[in-house]
Amino acid sequence: MNLHQLTITQAKEGLQAKKFSSIELTKACLNRIKQTDKTLNVFITLTEKEALNQARQADDKLAKGEDLALLGIPVAIKDNFSTRDIRTTAASKLLNAYIPPYDATVITKLKDAGMVMLGKTNLDAWAHGSSTETSDFGPSKNPWDPNRLPGGSSGGSAATVAANQAIYAIGSETAGSIRQPASWCGIVGLKPTYGRVSRYGVIAMASSLDSPGPMTKTVADSALVLQVLAGKDPKDATTAPETVEEYTKDLTTTIAGMTIGFSDEYFDGVSEEVKETVLAALKTYEKLGAKVKKISLMAPTYSIAVYTIIQRAEVSSNLARYDGIRFGHDRSFFGQEAKRRIMLGTYTLSAGYFDAYYKKALKVRTKIIADFNSAFKDVDVILAPTAPTTALPVGASLDQAMFGELADMLVEPSSIAGLPGINVPAGFSKENLPIGVQLIGPQFAEKKLIHAAYHFEQATDFHKQKPTL
Amino acid sequence: MNYTPVIGLEVHVELKTQSKMFCGCSADYFGKEPNSYTCPVCLGLPGALPVPNKKAIDWCVMIGLALNCEIPLFSKFDRKNYFYPDLAKGYQISQYDEPFCINGYIDVEMDKDSKETKRIRIRRVHMEEDTGKLLHEGAATLIDFNRSGVPLVEIVTEPDFENTHQVVQYLKKLQQIVRYLDVSNADMEKGDMRLEPNISLKKPEEKGLPPYKVEVKNINSFRFVDKAIAYEIKRHEELLTDGQTPSQETRGWDEKKQKTVSQRSKEEAMDYRYFPEPDIPPIAWKEADITTLKNTMPELPDIKTARFQKDYSLSAYDATILTREKEMADFFEKTVKTAKDVTPKQIANYLINDLKLLLTQQAKDILETVRAKYHKSEMNENELQTVIDDVLKNNAKLVAEYKNGKVQVLGPLLGMTKAKLGNNADMEQIKKALEKALS
Repeated sequence: MNLHQLTITQAKEGLQAKKFSSIELTKACLNRIKQTDKTLNVFITLTEKEALNQARQADDKLAKGEDLALLGIPVAIKDNFSTRDIRTTAASKLLNAYIPPYDATVITKLKDAGMVMLGKTNLDAWAHGSSTETSDFGPSKNPWDPNRLPGGSSGGSAATVAANQAIYAIGSETAGSIRQPASWCGIVGLKPTYGRVSRYGVIAMASSLDSPGPMTKTVADSALVLQVLAGKDPKDATTAPETVEEYTKDLTTTIAGMTIGFSDEYFDGVSEEVKETVLAALKTYEKLGAKVKKISLMAPTYSIAVYTIIQRAEVSSNLARYDGIRFGHDRSFFGQEAKRRIMLGTYTLSAGYFDAYYKKALKVRTKIIADFNSAFKDVDVILAPTAPTTALPVGASLDQAMFGELADMLVEPSSIAGLPGINVPAGFSKENLPIGVQLIGPQFAEKKLIHAAYHFEQATDFHKQKPTL
Repeated sequence: MNYTPVIGLEVHVELKTQSKMFCGCSADYFGKEPNSYTCPVCLGLPGALPVPNKKAIDWCVMIGLALNCEIPLFSKFDRKNYFYPDLAKGYQISQYDEPFCINGYIDVEMDKDSKETKRIRIRRVHMEEDTGKLLHEGAATLIDFNRSGVPLVEIVTEPDFENTHQVVQYLKKLQQIVRYLDVSNADMEKGDMRLEPNISLKKPEEKGLPPYKVEVKNINSFRFVDKAIAYEIKRHEELLTDGQTPSQETRGWDEKKQKTVSQRSKEEAMDYRYFPEPDIPPIAWKEADITTLKNTMPELPDIKTARFQKDYSLSAYDATILTREKEMADFFEKTVKTAKDVTPKQIANYLINDLKLLLTQQAKDILETVRAKYHKSEMNENELQTVIDDVLKNNAKLVAEYKNGKVQVLGPLLGMTKAKLGNNADMEQIKKALEKALS
């Protein structure tokens, strides 16, 4: 049995039925990592010893009949989540020797759910990007074609799941950093509503946008993980008190009657193949009994400026603490992309420019929120392409000062509005590269999104295809 | 003097909450081992997030209400971005354009022994967090983050002060109010009340504000407030008389040299790039919340003083002394309530005149008295043995009874020994020695 190829759901069944142990499962993943990571460059820090320890403890618990949500299942964590006593770098040389004295809330929750942590995955340094190419530890590679990028910033987390190294992974999205690499790597990536999952312990990129979330092989898996992660955290004042729904229940209930909206504005600048894939997905939804409705949304191009200004302004402030006095190296260790973002962000907040840039961006943000609110009066969820293209070749992001913000045009509007979004595999290009589609919902509509995504996934075979790596 | 002082004050009051402003660390940092009251939040570690201390915010509003401020129903925190080694995050969480309290006032004596009052307008009262503390040791600078994140309330006045008497009165009143509210110890020497005057001079007939102002920092004691301001006023007067305008700058008060020294030019104000704090949702009050806070406030000093005069027929002088500290005022009223055959005036006289000595005693004098009363001094071994031998010799019968098992006779023997040694004798020490001698 190739245990590393299992989903969370399958692994849980197998562990409970004592078909295999957590140690066996973990070793299978570790072996797969040893075979493939020279090519893929996913792991910045591999925690083999700790993983085997955790697997052993999980097996003890399983023997006693304990049933924690993610007990004994190996996971990979994006390296911007603080893990106590385990190096956390944000893929920057500045933090290459930083060992946090505390766990992010997400990590605490996963530990309480019995996780086995394989290690910390690669990302664009400081999460600044959509390719993983700005990492100070070299880019990760796309398992579907190692000459191509996995996307970013959660590129390592996406690649590890697609390559069956880890059973699932944790990523974070500011605007696209979960959905876009999920699309390029052919996996499920769920960006929860802003405030649904705690940011405490996540190395801050843009405070009003950052959303931690699961990256999994299937939709049902993402529901399982979200169930563990969601909820109000007294350590994060921006987490919401809204009740956490039961995401794993009622998945198979029919979606007949659900209205799926789509907008032509989201096809601008998108490749033919991607557009075809989205249209095909809409047809699939019609067959499932959903109503497809064309709506008009504010063109995503307007979001680029809004997102760039808000994000870079917050980034410039959030990076100020890296002065090298209390921890980490000094500022000279910042890479080019970080420096660019700090400079632009500082500029837009400067006296004399604040009103013209930052304040204006906040005003347009309000309009984008209103635009979606209005759309959701007519539709339940919105279907759109996740990325304008499939995975680009290694080197594509170099010398492109706005690479990230341009590549993420289609996910920026929903991120700016704090909405949840999920990417599901929806097809392949003629080069056999994955194409994903995203579903966007109103705030706290994760259950609806998961439900809709689940039916599409089960009606298709795309999620069953794996790279030949 | 040909010039009128134009003075505005910025006072920072450190709140005595249990926890810091944005994390659960203890705020009781004074005198503690450096960097022992810290956590990821107040150390500014990657990923840490601020969670506002509700009690601190309530107390800030109470201070504003006590200063007759309006409380806007919408308020928020903002980031004040700048670099300094004691500022862990590289920005301070403060309030910029929508503070908790605005447009208040407080009345002070126009001048010494004047019956006229001067209204000092309070521009704003807002919340912020304190920074760490730098300690310079030779060529090195050490940073203690115990104070990082402690809640600070900043109270800013309009430039309404015309003389140092008004300034000192204001500070005393502010100190009294926050102590009445029990939200701060407001001890200048301990740093829980800090003052920064902004000083300039103008010709009496001049309208508007002077074209410059000087900020004075590092006034760490009540004693030096009027000295520092007086020094600065004189310095400006000399320059102005000479046809020069004092530079717009920040100066530090040098206690040893008893003068102000230039620190940095205020010409180019730092660009703090203020923007709303995205990690903390804005605060939306309901009128009912403010009313509730108002109702939990104790009776304020001025009201209490006026009431004492009216209810107890006390002079303004007596009423002021009795209400100087809330504890004394409460004690007075409690006494009055239980008194049937003595008048409030008589009680007041006793407290003010006879107990004055007690009230003016320093804590250390009181401790000496208590120590003398309760702590027994160690007895000289030989002296003790001599007395014991004497007692046992004169009470052979009791000694025999003790040796026969009647141990309760130790009591009388102890009493006799103690009587010979005097009131300061340590019972434990005597008992041990007696038991040893009888064994």
